[in-house]
Amino acid sequence: MTPFYRFQFYLFALMAIGAALLFVTRKSPVSAALWLVNVMFALSGLYVMLDAPFVAAVQVLVYAGAIMVVFVFVVMLLNLGRPNALPDLREVSVRIGAGLVGVALLANLLAVRRETLPSVDFAPAVDNVVTPVAESLFTDYLLAFELTSILLLVAIIGAVVLAKRRAVA
Amino acid sequence: MMLADALIVSAILFSIGVVGVLTRRNAIILFMCVELMLNAVNLSFVVFAKMHGVGGHVFVIMVMTIAAAEAAVGLAIVISVFRHFGAVDLQNLKLLRR
Repeated sequence: MTPFYRFQFYLFALMAIGAALLFVTRKSPVSAALWLVNVMFALSGLYVMLDAPFVAAVQVLVYAGAIMVVFVFVVMLLNLGRPNALPDLREVSVRIGAGLVGVALLANLLAVRRETLPSVDFAPAVDNVVTPVAESLFTDYLLAFELTSILLLVAIIGAVVLAKRRAVA
Repeated sequence: MMLADALIVSAILFSIGVVGVLTRRNAIILFMCVELMLNAVNLSFVVFAKMHGVGGHVFVIMVMTIAAAEAAVGLAIVISVFRHFGAVDLQNLKLLRR
């Protein structure tokens, strides 16, 4: 692990956390979506550094490229680009409660992870990660893979039916 | 211990997503917070794949597929809600009937 690697790693990590903080504090849905895209790119960089280049590519293509485009498209379709008149944030008491829940959850997760993390350091990098993923996907996880395809079909039909329905009783 | 640090980043991102879900009222931003939580879990899966082999990568791909399906159906519901109420504010959604 060279210092350069370490620097890049923490750079991407800080970028992800900073962009996520900016994402939850934006009022306008469009800027929130763009900051979330930023989080996804930073995470994709982290995936590359964790020896998962295939997952990183899929992250950029599917998450940043497809899912977030759908979000921005819906924002554009419903003309929600500017913050609306109604207060978007909930009341102060709910916000304080949510902050407490967040801090408690974070402390919990950190405690659990500090406790049980085995002292494994980086395995030697492999030069081809796509072939093992594909083999595993089509042998060990074949049933889950096929079920996922059925789920996608159901989701397509459901989305079309829900979005097509007119607002009459 | 950079793997532990990656897990901590994942925990922080997940908590930010939870706080966002609890504090916002805009349904679209709420969905984006759920996506952020899914991304945090994906980071955990990649770290565990680094420790225990390639199964984590398979799960990341599954999670991405589920997230795409969830976004499609959820946004269709948001469009349907917008047609009915003229806003995507979750305050409107107090009744399941029309």
